Amino acid sequence: MAPEVVKVHPPIVRIAHWLNALAVLVMITSGWRIYNADPLFDFSFPDQVSLGGWLAGALQWHFAAMWLFVLNGIVYVAYGILSGHFRRKLLPLSPLGVLRDIAAAFRGKLAHDDLTVYNAAQRAAYLGLIFLLMVLVLTGLVLWKPVQFHWYGQYIGDYEGARLLHFFAMAGVGLIVAVHVAMVALVPRTFPSMITGRIRRSV
Amino acid sequence: MKKVMGASFEKFRTPEVKRMERRLFLRQGLSLGALALLTGCAITEEEKIQNVLMRMSGWNDDVQGWLFSSNRLAPEFPESRITKPFPFNAYYSEEEVIDVDGGAYKLELGGMIKERKPWTLPELYALPQVSQVTRHICVEGWSAIGKWSGVRFSDFLQRVGADTSAKYVGIQCMDDYSTSIDMATALHPQTQLSFKYADQILPPKYGFPMKLRMPTKLGFKNPKHIAAIFVTNEYPGGYWEDKGYNWFSGS
Repeated sequence: MAPEVVKVHPPIVRIAHWLNALAVLVMITSGWRIYNADPLFDFSFPDQVSLGGWLAGALQWHFAAMWLFVLNGIVYVAYGILSGHFRRKLLPLSPLGVLRDIAAAFRGKLAHDDLTVYNAAQRAAYLGLIFLLMVLVLTGLVLWKPVQFHWYGQYIGDYEGARLLHFFAMAGVGLIVAVHVAMVALVPRTFPSMITGRIRRSV
Repeated sequence: MKKVMGASFEKFRTPEVKRMERRLFLRQGLSLGALALLTGCAITEEEKIQNVLMRMSGWNDDVQGWLFSSNRLAPEFPESRITKPFPFNAYYSEEEVIDVDGGAYKLELGGMIKERKPWTLPELYALPQVSQVTRHICVEGWSAIGKWSGVRFSDFLQRVGADTSAKYVGIQCMDDYSTSIDMATALHPQTQLSFKYADQILPPKYGFPMKLRMPTKLGFKNPKHIAAIFVTNEYPGGYWEDKGYNWFSGS
């Protein structure tokens, strides 16, 4: 049977994906420079991979890119919920299925015949990423304006609690992004589909 | 308009401060130049990016002004939560803290204020005082809880007949530091002209003879060793603000 070319990733998802990739890259690399001004733990991020040059520059980048990050995120999540995109692509999700697919991936036996359907490990990763990015926004608002957002900041350990949560959510995002990029490298034909929106169903 | 370097502070700038600013400016210029070489970016591109970032910072000033509420109070803590020792911070090291002669000290007032008579310390100490135990949050990320006592700044501004419809309150300090705040924050009930830390007259390292304590602003917006306070509609800038830190820097 000849490979069939099908449409995946509607334009709004592709645009949101790349804007988000850019925004998250700027947020994380400038965030590292901000972290370095007063490290929470016994390590710093190398200056060469951080953005902003010094604390004030990093803060300028962070608080400029946050607008792109949040506005793009709102458009994406609103589209995902209202159009049924999330329901169709990311649900249902069973914990057992996730474990099974992760185990299969480690044995190199995770099937990729139909790239229009996300496997359970992908669904968990993408939902987890959306969740962590939301945590970053909510904890970030408490760090930015701890008094104005104290009404909910008090439930997440106030300023210092939000600082820890913000850091760990960033670490979680970093981990998911690293795995995501590694998976794209392993299954390279997924990469152009996030640009063109088309993919061959089977090979 | 707002981001033009404040003229109001110019008269207070000593040659030493100007030299220091030039040095810092050169150092930043060098690091920007190195970055431009690395990325292959022309300096003009660098400037364009800088301009966009500065404009976004100005937009963030406006958003913070809009988010700010005079009724929303910074959390207050029991005295058992006070951080000991409370950290020292300034643009210089602790050994360089200035010694101010309290006997000769006079607080100068300027700008859109009716009664500009200078205030001696005994006159200031005689004003009704309040205390607060609040969290100081540094732009670097760390935070510490302390106790400050002094006169509510809105009471003081009213007493001296400040025009509270003006946009800014500027503060010039004896250690050549300066900053400026929005009028809404100046009138916030927790904004305090502080004379004491932990029930003791402010020691030099915490800003003798007085600091402006604002739990609704980042630490660097809380000036120490205050020499003069003025009310103005012209954006006055400030020491760190002129170097790129966000002007509003509210909490």
